[in-house]
Amino acid sequence: MHIVDRRLNPSGKNLANRQRFMRRAKSLIRKAVHESSASRSIKDADQAGEVSLPAQGVHEPSFHRSSSGGLRDHLLPGNKQYIEGDTIPRPQGGAGGGGSEGSPDGEGQDDFRFALSRDEFVDLFLEDLELPDLAKRRVVDSESVSWHRAGYSVTGSPANLALLRTVRNSLSRRIALKRPKPADLQALRDEIAALSPDGEEGDRRIQLEEELTRKLRRTGLIPYIDPLDVRYRKFEPQPKPVAQAVMFCLMDVSGSMTEHMKDLAKRFYVLLYIFLKRRYKHVDVVFIRHTHQAQEVDEDTFFHSPETGGTVVSTALEEMQRVIAERYSPDSWNIYAAQASDGDNTASDNDKTAALLTDMILPVCQYYAYLEVGRDSEHFPPGFIRRDSDLWQTYTTICKSGAPMAMRKVGHRRDIYPVFRELFAKKTATTGAETA
Amino acid sequence: MNDFGGLRLGRPLFEGADWEFGTIQRVHDAIEEIAVGELGLDVYPNQIEIIGTEQMLDAYSSIGMPLFYKHWSFGKHFARNEAMYRAGMQGLAYEIVINSNPCISYIMEENTATMQTLVIAHAAFGHNHFFKNNYVFKQWTDADGILDYLEFARGYITQCEERYGEAAVERLLDAAHALMSHGVHRYPRRRSADLRSEEQRAKERRLHEERVFNDLWRTVPTKGAETEDRSIEERRRALLQLPQENVLFFLEKTAPRLRPWQREILRIVRIIAQYFYPQSQTKVMNEGCATYCHYRIMNRLHEKGLLTDGNMVEFLRSHTNVVFQPDFDDPRYSGINPYALGFGMMRDIERICTEPTAEDQNWFPDIAGSVDPMAVLRDVWANYRDESFMLQFLSPRMIRDFSLFHVLDDSNEPNLSVEAIHDERGYRKIQRALAKQYDTAWTLPDIQVVDVNLIGDRRLILHHRALNRVLLEERDARFVLQHLADLWGYDVLLKEVDPASDSVLKEHAATPRGGILQPDGA
Repeated sequence: MHIVDRRLNPSGKNLANRQRFMRRAKSLIRKAVHESSASRSIKDADQAGEVSLPAQGVHEPSFHRSSSGGLRDHLLPGNKQYIEGDTIPRPQGGAGGGGSEGSPDGEGQDDFRFALSRDEFVDLFLEDLELPDLAKRRVVDSESVSWHRAGYSVTGSPANLALLRTVRNSLSRRIALKRPKPADLQALRDEIAALSPDGEEGDRRIQLEEELTRKLRRTGLIPYIDPLDVRYRKFEPQPKPVAQAVMFCLMDVSGSMTEHMKDLAKRFYVLLYIFLKRRYKHVDVVFIRHTHQAQEVDEDTFFHSPETGGTVVSTALEEMQRVIAERYSPDSWNIYAAQASDGDNTASDNDKTAALLTDMILPVCQYYAYLEVGRDSEHFPPGFIRRDSDLWQTYTTICKSGAPMAMRKVGHRRDIYPVFRELFAKKTATTGAETA
Repeated sequence: MNDFGGLRLGRPLFEGADWEFGTIQRVHDAIEEIAVGELGLDVYPNQIEIIGTEQMLDAYSSIGMPLFYKHWSFGKHFARNEAMYRAGMQGLAYEIVINSNPCISYIMEENTATMQTLVIAHAAFGHNHFFKNNYVFKQWTDADGILDYLEFARGYITQCEERYGEAAVERLLDAAHALMSHGVHRYPRRRSADLRSEEQRAKERRLHEERVFNDLWRTVPTKGAETEDRSIEERRRALLQLPQENVLFFLEKTAPRLRPWQREILRIVRIIAQYFYPQSQTKVMNEGCATYCHYRIMNRLHEKGLLTDGNMVEFLRSHTNVVFQPDFDDPRYSGINPYALGFGMMRDIERICTEPTAEDQNWFPDIAGSVDPMAVLRDVWANYRDESFMLQFLSPRMIRDFSLFHVLDDSNEPNLSVEAIHDERGYRKIQRALAKQYDTAWTLPDIQVVDVNLIGDRRLILHHRALNRVLLEERDARFVLQHLADLWGYDVLLKEVDPASDSVLKEHAATPRGGILQPDGA
């Protein structure tokens, strides 16, 4: 008998099959991923998780007999009361006195559930998307630097002395210039001492002493460590890409925003969060809600706590500015903002909003997305032209000036993802005037 | 090794749950002594491989085979099993055993020492004996060659993927897998004779003719002309070996537009299907044999003092779980448990041999009171498959123990009716009905290629003989037929025929989509 320990065999033997399966079911999985992401909270939206696929999508068909019709025999164990000739009313929803006939491959009509790893999940989610070019500009401009080793230099502070390199240089110089080694000198001295002082071998002694003198002179002339040998570790500053981002979620929570609109907004935030998370090591989320006044709140309050009041958008921008000044210096943070609103704003506030946005907010932001959420089935009687909202009009002028800003209208859940993709699609130059 | 019994009596093989390779070796040797020495099992040499969870899931998804070609469906099964396992909805098997020579058993590293003992007794001896001796396996599988063949198959398919593209191979495999259940020979075919046996046969025939020569036959008038008429049709079918139930075989040999590598891949799928065919016919017996063996072996180990009482209790707990049969109205019920039925019947045969009742004498005169129950069992394991095994050995006692009853479900009637229960009149009926459930001819739809005119429109005609008017599941049938048409390259027609009246109940047709036959535009 042989015993073979297979536990140490390379794992992931099935990876190739899994990849083939993923490729095969890609469109289905993508759809499932988007559906499942809707039910998650923003922060854990990008965790690994189970998705379920409709069974027929990756179905393996085979010839088998249908589960109903015709003449069937069932043999069942555990008879308690029946005797021959009894009749049993046909059970609802299928034949058989206990569902003895499953489909042959054990695959029912149930959905096919399986787990995606975090990376697989996010990859599918964000396929073909890219941060707008702006991100790079910020990286270059960034004032935050980190020091990196950059070889050796001949000058520097004593703290940076590269001992090893210095001694190495000194050693090679000493060898090249044939500086006598201490051991050789010692050997020479010993030899002289060994010769008897009575001068029997006078010639030899004189010869040795001369050699010793010569060598000592040479030792004196050639220093053990010369300034030439000294090397210092060199450091050079490199601009550090800012590896953290903060995402501001601004939302109008006044009475005119329905649950449906908030849901749309949430979905958009989730997408943005996942996307940023993918690109930055660390992502903070700041929730700012506003009516006629704005405040920073936590996620739960943001989405679920009702609030009434008027609508003054500039308050939210002011609050955002305050938070940035307090906690998120543009030097060390990439700042993204997403604003969701139904487009209402107090008429007198529009100019102030525009000014705030252009002068204060946009210059520090990587990207500012404005999402105008509408009612699900908003339709107008024919003959009426739908008027653009106050905010939309205000923002359009800003957009046209080429600011890092994008705006879209969304009316239904199904539009969220396309809009998001549109905003961040890889060829940013061609997606629209807003981002150009 | 032989001094185990006397010398070490009372010294257990191991204590507690931990094991190491030495333990496995000792356990295997002790079991071998009982299995081969006392039970008279005849096994392939064993190879025991220790694997972890992921590897077990892996083995699950590729039908337990250690090396298999790549296909997305295996990834799918892996994903599903993994999800179920992670969610705690499904435990993993303790072992997987492969019908090969040497017989490979995979055992899980998480098993306790007792479980490893159980698993070795169950798989490395029980299943192993069955694989080596059962006639169905002997007839249809080649234990010596299967691993080499799988190696070849994997290499060949990888090569094809490199040469013709993964997509082309995947499409072909999809189609072949869909027809896999109809890619087996159910009956041994006549082998084409080689020259020597041909010559031998000719000689025998001549001798026979000489012996029975009678000149009178020459004077009997013949009706030569009439046979000519029918023969064109018949000859055509005979040449194509029609009707043919092995659809994959038919396609491989006959499909007009397949390329050689495609035929070879169909052949690979077909041969693997054939390799697994015996397993589906002998599920109850195979598990029954293995469970009975481990039960006997474990008890014997305990008797010899090689298993502690604690380990024995652990074993019994696991054993009773395995052979548990819930009643039909129990929420846990999901069909008859092959372990329970198989184990029950093996024990029952043992009982009939050793303590026969008058009823047993009447029902099983051949084996009742037989001296050596193991000899009887070994004979049973060698010469039956599930269907014949039930017909022969399902005793009234078993039917009573299981309280089996037979319900008939006729879609033309409003109610189900109880046809037979465990009483004097019902035993035979139940025996027959249960045997039928395990007959692959009844469980798999009977589909045959009946005709094709290769000179004409080349439309392939198949018949499904709808036993008991049970039709094919329509959606799936359509998918499979589409695959079939893609492989065949011309129209395909499937008729569902009522065998009682020969009337056509339903027809499905499919037209090829292309894709398989012109994978790279060539």
